[in-house]
Amino acid sequence: MSVPEKQPAAVAEHHGHHEEPFWKKYIFSQDHKVIGLQYGITALFFLMFGFCLMLLMRWQLAFPGKPVPLLGGLASMSRLFIYGALLILAIAAVYLLRGRATGAVRGLAVAVVTLASVFLFVTLVARLLSDANAPGGIILPEFYNQLGAMHGTIMVFLAVVPLLVGAFGNYVLPLQIGAPDMAFPKLNMASYWCYLPGGLVMLMSFFVPGGAANSGWTSYPPLSNIATQGQTWWLFGMVLLITSSLLGSVNFITTVFQLRAKGLSFMRLPFFCWAQLVTSFLLLLAFPPLEAAGILQLADRLLGTSFFMPSGLVVSGQVLDVAGGGSPLLWQHLFWFLAHPEVYVLILPAMGIVAEVIANNTRKPLWGYKAMVYATIFLGFMSFIVWAHHMFLTGMGTSISAFFQTTTMIISVPSVVILTALLISLWGGSIRFNTPMLFALAFLPMFGIGGLTGLPLGLAPSDIHLHDTYYVIGHFHYVVAPGTIFAIFAGIYYWFPKFTGRKMSEALGKLHFWPSLIAINCVFMPMFIQGLAGVSRRLYDGGQQYAHAQEVLHWNAFMSAGAYMLLLAQIPFIFNFFWSMRRGEKVGANPWQATTLEWAAAPSPPVAHGNFPQVPVVVRGPYEYSPPDEDVEFLPQHTPQQA
Amino acid sequence: MEIPYTIDDRPDTGLYNAKLGIWLFLASEVMLFGALFSTLVLLRTGADYWPHGYEKLNVPLATINTFVLIASSVTMVMSWASLRLKDFRKHRLYLWLTFLCGLGFMVIKGIEYGTKFSHHLYPSTDNFYATYYTLTGLHGLHVVGGMVVILYLLLTGSRMWQSQPERFTNRIEVVGLYWHFVDLVWIFLFPILYLL
Amino acid sequence: MAGHTVEEIKKETRGYILVFVALAALTVVTVGVSYLHLSIGPAIVLALFIATIKGSLVACFFMHLISERKLIYSVLILTVVFFIVLMVVPLSSFLDHLAPWG
Ligand code: HEM
Ligand SMILES: [Cu+2]
Repeated sequence: MSVPEKQPAAVAEHHGHHEEPFWKKYIFSQDHKVIGLQYGITALFFLMFGFCLMLLMRWQLAFPGKPVPLLGGLASMSRLFIYGALLILAIAAVYLLRGRATGAVRGLAVAVVTLASVFLFVTLVARLLSDANAPGGIILPEFYNQLGAMHGTIMVFLAVVPLLVGAFGNYVLPLQIGAPDMAFPKLNMASYWCYLPGGLVMLMSFFVPGGAANSGWTSYPPLSNIATQGQTWWLFGMVLLITSSLLGSVNFITTVFQLRAKGLSFMRLPFFCWAQLVTSFLLLLAFPPLEAAGILQLADRLLGTSFFMPSGLVVSGQVLDVAGGGSPLLWQHLFWFLAHPEVYVLILPAMGIVAEVIANNTRKPLWGYKAMVYATIFLGFMSFIVWAHHMFLTGMGTSISAFFQTTTMIISVPSVVILTALLISLWGGSIRFNTPMLFALAFLPMFGIGGLTGLPLGLAPSDIHLHDTYYVIGHFHYVVAPGTIFAIFAGIYYWFPKFTGRKMSEALGKLHFWPSLIAINCVFMPMFIQGLAGVSRRLYDGGQQYAHAQEVLHWNAFMSAGAYMLLLAQIPFIFNFFWSMRRGEKVGANPWQATTLEWAAAPSPPVAHGNFPQVPVVVRGPYEYSPPDEDVEFLPQHTPQQA
Repeated sequence: MEIPYTIDDRPDTGLYNAKLGIWLFLASEVMLFGALFSTLVLLRTGADYWPHGYEKLNVPLATINTFVLIASSVTMVMSWASLRLKDFRKHRLYLWLTFLCGLGFMVIKGIEYGTKFSHHLYPSTDNFYATYYTLTGLHGLHVVGGMVVILYLLLTGSRMWQSQPERFTNRIEVVGLYWHFVDLVWIFLFPILYLL
Repeated sequence: MAGHTVEEIKKETRGYILVFVALAALTVVTVGVSYLHLSIGPAIVLALFIATIKGSLVACFFMHLISERKLIYSVLILTVVFFIVLMVVPLSSFLDHLAPWG
């Protein structure tokens, strides 16, 4: 994003800033906005990559044993092309980022960057279809396992959380609280520079002998303990990612407590900030046990310990030569101690985005703001004591499972409170149906479906039937895909003007929204049908070999068609995104007539390490839209009362 | 624009940024070691046979190490107190002592590991040794991490005392908090691994 | 911390020495007790009791938690709660089906 052009030199000088060298400004930047964009761009790449892994899976599920079309030829192309493309891309990108190119040369450079990127991305995906993974383009069962495990891992840890927290959190949170930057800019940079290598390690693991991790995103031992080398890479990658999250959460919490603008009391905090704050606490306290578990599994794999290895384990007819005495269930406890809070990490910031967009586009205050805040805190707290509802089938006793069923039922209450408050907020509003609002509105029923279908999974009697079926896949994807991902889209459309100073095209936005909404339901709704019929998840052929699956197998082709439609529906978005960066409608600092402080930071994008033309002082709550006794349509948090 | 409260306390929280930051980090460390302790308890209660620590491990050596680490905590806190009294030379003396204690701790730990290795006792021997090596190893890594930071503050980092003395004092306080925490972990590790 | 007078700091320093002595003494005690080879129940209770005292001394005085801000207490209380959950729940899920109430 060519910041220098749009930022009048006078403003930069006014804040006493000299021009920083290229690498300091874009690569090892300590400015929360640049780091936010770095996170965002990297995570969008991983989102697309995880999406492509899923497309390969969906091909195999719909047409088991048929070669993957189109990509086959690229898989065996000479590496020279790749290196060449990389080199050209690097040169053109640096050239562009320096911001000195103009006119036709610039257009040429943009075209080169676009072509090289697309070429490299497609080649990367095609390379996965090597002879070891997919001879003749036919996906082997072992490769399907890699795809599943890595799709899950990449989507959760490399795409969605970094988008919600690393990108939106980093960029928007300091602005919304009126801070010049994060509390610890160096730590912020370190956080990104742990995340990126973590992601690269995960990517590279596809190309080591035996391929990437293939024991599911949950990595249950003993299977994962004896899995191929890729699992070790997975563990190293996870340790890096966890470190990155920990650094980030320390930074976020400190920033919220220490750097709020004068007058910004906690009950004047925008809901998005509350969501980020609670999320950070979840990351801070739930991730370390998984880090510990990861270290223990690394020890099991590299040092030959038996933390998770039971005695007398027989593999391929032979008793394994390990000390034994370990506990596979211990991993499950430590994993879910993180992974349940993690699902709230995936949803709370999404709710935060939706709340902002809804308040702004209904032009009235959020209904039940305080109830939402308390519900969020309560939800964060409870999320630490529900984890074993993922383990009802592990033979734990009845009193423990009764405990976890109870806590799970309790935790559903605050989610319903938040959802209800958002629904009621729509009541009587003069709603503006722009693209961010459409995505935010769609979030509500989609998250509703995802949440409600979770209840039967939280009760042991029904979970015994549903556990590990496609019902589970349907359930949580409704939460994370048409739920969280839609919220992310809402956020991108909503804050794009702050990131770039330009709006994204509304027409293309709608062309993105409606097909996406239809397609995504075609993908996930039939999963409930299959799951209720008893079709298991993680089957490389979608269940062809099971008698009870035959009745519902025909849905597989339908769902896959939905997935490819979903891919097509993203083309308007991708085009819109890049096109609007340069050609979108230019807008002022507050194009949505919003009240919260990020829109007081001017110009868009705001200046490095400073953000605000004047230090803002907050005088009222976050959502003063259509104030009753005033003749203005909205009252920003920082402007003094107009008498 | 400068980031507020890097030096002074924010009135409503009464804290400067780094102090809140380090305590949050320590909270996450509590959960890290909590998971490892939980592992130890679980494996031990589930095992058919689990030796007493004093039967297998070198208690005298570990006792000495306990003294060394406690001593390092005292020198650390004294080094901070000296700074608050504006006595920079004494501060450096105590900080060097802290560093040396850390070094001593690691050397003794190395001797301990060395003898175990020479008896062919490795992490893979059984789960008793697995937990012993993992817990002490991870703790040792924390000591080394602390030593690296202390060394930085003794060498190039100490220049900040000239330019921003208060900020430097804060830094020493924060590093001290971390160092005492590592000591605190050892205070629990020692009886659990060696004495029970 | 800026508000403290020289006198106060000097007094604190003397406190640190006392804490050091106490820690050393308690170390001797806990090692001494271990040579008695008590049965495992009392041994655990005693060892953890002494370790808790030592730990509290370090936390209260070296880390000056005894006079810390409310925000820090809140964070730590939250952490301790989850720490206890992490210690107790996995274990009880293993013991549950052995126990009479299960
Ligand atoms: C947007 C379209 C998406 C589609 C069509 C999709 C589809 C799928 C499919 C077909 C599976 C494999 C089922 C199996 O073989 O058992 C799967 C697994 C999974 N997906 Fe997605 N997914 C999407 C997005 C996401 C997102 C956004 C996330 C996370 C935030 C996610 C997380 C997961 C996880 C954790 C698994 C389980 C992996 C495992 O079995 O270990 N997915 N998904
Ligand atoms: Cu859960």
